[in-house]
Amino acid sequence: MKLTVWTYEGPPHVGAMRVATGMKGLHYVLHAPQGDTYADLLFTMIERRDHRPPVTYTTFQARDLGSDTAGLFKQACQDAYDRFKPEAIIVGASCTAELIQDDPGGLAETMGLPVPVIPLELPSYQRKENFGADETFFQIVRHLAAPMAKTARVSCNIIGPTALGFRHRDDVAEITNLLFELGIEVNVVAPMGATPSDIGRMAQAHFNVLLYPETGEQAARYCERTFDQPYTKTIPIGSGATKDFIAEVRALSGSDAPLDDTRARQRWWAASVDSTYLTGKRVFIFGDGTHVQAAARVARDEMGFEVAGIGCYNREFARPVRALAKEFGVEALITDDYLEVEKVIEALQPEMILGTQMERHIGKRLGIPCAVISAPVHVQDFPARYSPQMGFEGANVLFDTWVHPLVMGLEEHLLHMFREDFEFNDAAGPSHHGGHAPAASVDGGPAPQTPRDISGLQKNPGEVIWLDTAERELKKIPFFVRGKARRNTESFAAERGLNEISLDTLYEAKAHFAR
Amino acid sequence: MNDQSPPPPSLGCRDQPVLKQRGQREVFCGLTGIIWLHRKIQDAFFLVVGSRTCAHLLQSAAGVMIFAEPRFGTAILEESDLAGLNDAHAELDREVERLLARRPDIRQLFLVGSCPSEVIKLDLSRAAERLTQQFAPKVRVLEYSGSGIETTFTQGEDACLASMVPVLPETDARELLVVGALPDVVEDQMLSLLDDLGIGPVRVLPARNIDAEMGVGANTVYALTQPFLSDTHAALTRRGARHIPAPFPLGEEGTTAWLAAVAAEFGVDAETFAHVTDAPRRRAQQAVSQAADVLHDKTIFFFPDSQLEIPLARFLTRECGMTALEVGSPYIHDALHGPDLDLLPAGPQISEGQDVDLQLDRCRAAQPDLTVCGLGLANPLEAEGLSTKWAIELVFTPVHFYEQAGDLAALFARPLRRKTKLGIAAA
Repeated sequence: MKLTVWTYEGPPHVGAMRVATGMKGLHYVLHAPQGDTYADLLFTMIERRDHRPPVTYTTFQARDLGSDTAGLFKQACQDAYDRFKPEAIIVGASCTAELIQDDPGGLAETMGLPVPVIPLELPSYQRKENFGADETFFQIVRHLAAPMAKTARVSCNIIGPTALGFRHRDDVAEITNLLFELGIEVNVVAPMGATPSDIGRMAQAHFNVLLYPETGEQAARYCERTFDQPYTKTIPIGSGATKDFIAEVRALSGSDAPLDDTRARQRWWAASVDSTYLTGKRVFIFGDGTHVQAAARVARDEMGFEVAGIGCYNREFARPVRALAKEFGVEALITDDYLEVEKVIEALQPEMILGTQMERHIGKRLGIPCAVISAPVHVQDFPARYSPQMGFEGANVLFDTWVHPLVMGLEEHLLHMFREDFEFNDAAGPSHHGGHAPAASVDGGPAPQTPRDISGLQKNPGEVIWLDTAERELKKIPFFVRGKARRNTESFAAERGLNEISLDTLYEAKAHFAR
Repeated sequence: MNDQSPPPPSLGCRDQPVLKQRGQREVFCGLTGIIWLHRKIQDAFFLVVGSRTCAHLLQSAAGVMIFAEPRFGTAILEESDLAGLNDAHAELDREVERLLARRPDIRQLFLVGSCPSEVIKLDLSRAAERLTQQFAPKVRVLEYSGSGIETTFTQGEDACLASMVPVLPETDARELLVVGALPDVVEDQMLSLLDDLGIGPVRVLPARNIDAEMGVGANTVYALTQPFLSDTHAALTRRGARHIPAPFPLGEEGTTAWLAAVAAEFGVDAETFAHVTDAPRRRAQQAVSQAADVLHDKTIFFFPDSQLEIPLARFLTRECGMTALEVGSPYIHDALHGPDLDLLPAGPQISEGQDVDLQLDRCRAAQPDLTVCGLGLANPLEAEGLSTKWAIELVFTPVHFYEQAGDLAALFARPLRRKTKLGIAAA
């Protein structure tokens, strides 16, 4: 047993739902107790879908357990077929049904339904959501894709996008466009938007574009083996990766069509002088393996950040993430325990976090700016506006998204210039809130303080005392770096066994940590 | 007191045939109750023993609340736990020890059963007894099931409260016990109304902390503020306490009828009753009429969710002028829902349980002006052109008693107002 409050991934049958909901003409019959329908609202609320996920739950109850849950399953399967007339059905068990061992696959097979029935084995007590999606899509491809002659024109499939995928909708649009410019036709996009008959003709394509290894790698490998379709290995997130991706696609397709990259603004934006202040900002990167690897490269090579740490929550990607961490000279954090992530962030004290919804909240708690780069995400990260992560427009989106939480150069300069200004300091409260929230003390003098013990005796070893002059000087440091200055100075003092921090200590520490 | 009791309706719904269906159910399981119960019982921790699905459900239902160091969590069963049961108990003990060491403020720990733990027959009651002995007297460990196979949504609160009843101290005092977790502001209003009526002492279940818990015995009378408390009702009856049947305190009429039933039990005279309730009644009527002007002559359809559907339908039909087409409830208990069914004008189809696809067919055929349903159905129905009010909000928002009557009507009026504002004409 493991005590958990937050989980980065749902159970594997939610991954299967992501595949089923992304597709059309496919129905999922899930052997599950009453209550597991909660997962519907991930799709109808977070992704704001205007239809119910194509999932029928058997919703067995306690009174059914003694009797015929298998019969219940068959009934649900028949009802689902009669009502929805899908082209194919996938069947499986949720965690509870896994324990009662009804074998949905075998049961459905005996029913003689006139459409393909694909059984899923999703071990709920070992694996998680991404595995569920990857395995489900693989099984669908394995059952439905038939060998076929290749199309006359060069074509490819786009593999991996699912329902509830972080920016999958717009990534697909962006990459489809890019391929179109290269003169490459998209044969099938799957699972998102595909029908079972589309899956049936996947083998027509000359190669596959694998956008999300988390949810499509097994299927891509299967197609490579079975249909002689190579697949792309570069994930086109960031300007550099997009260029590499284009080169890879050109090599696979022989396309030499010119590409218009005038929309790609990210490189110039990052080169412009206002971005100079981004140099060496220390970032911590956490999320799913794919997005983390891509983000690390963008952060270092295209934004000029210093990558202070990277990690991922999906163990399937532990190896490449570890390798990348080594290349970056940092420690990789492979964990699905957010408390561990929080601990590492606290220890690293980055100036920015690139992470998931959870890291956004950790950042909020620690006062560190954060941008979201990976699922799991909340409703605000399924935006109405076009916002891909991939391709040239994706790079533009990344630049804006990552920079906005930071204070930009000009702004930082102004804050330094006016840091003593009467209405432009943190005690005056944020100016955009109209009323100056936490008012400065009336006479303008130092705010009342609780009396401090100035005896100089150390109560706890390791505790250091700020002398008044140093503390006053500390307050002149802009609020957004003050926390870091305080911590740096204190650790500097502690390392040298100092009990007190004077003005000199403050500046010695500043010099020590300068870069 | 005659003028306080609503006139007996010519035809109620109590004896109407109930449509009982079984099939796919689009409802939450009882684990969801934890989300509001842990806010109410301030010294309790709710430890679900379940799967990753359970943790994912709590996370999805709790939304952003998950980040405020909540007092609930899931001990996720792993493969090794399924292999041998003895091991599972040792594992549970270890997790509980770690938890209690980290959260010394916890005085009550609820081990909450889930579908997986019920199916593998992990004996949580034995675990609760063992852990109670181990951590006595500081921490009391109780056990209940919030599994989907046994409980639907709000029944989780019922199971939780019912688990507390057997361990409440015995008392001979004649006390009023008010049962059902209410938002603090509502609870305070209720206590002050009862105090003004001269009724006391009044205890509430659940209490805000373990030290404020009440006794129960043969002289205890209790009133329910929530319609989903049938097991708690049974458990209190077993302890000898007596139920005061009443409609639920939703809307002006419901609140008055509820207070009147309690007042009658305590022999409050008509003059006092009128003196205490006249002003808030007037306020409530006025607020309801202002908020509900768009609801008049509109039709409404309830999908089953929380068991609040019947009293809500009673409020919306009698006080807001709506017409109910179907009132679906996951579970109907005559002793609890009867008084509201008596008041609900005849006409609507009353349904218990669910086959969601058949019910959706009925809903589409009926084309109600407003549909009350869960979040899995709301957007899909909106996309089909139906206006919806998502039901879960009715459990989290303060809606009971006089001062909230206007807010309650406004919750239903808002989706219709919005449709008008956006130029999507509601029927």
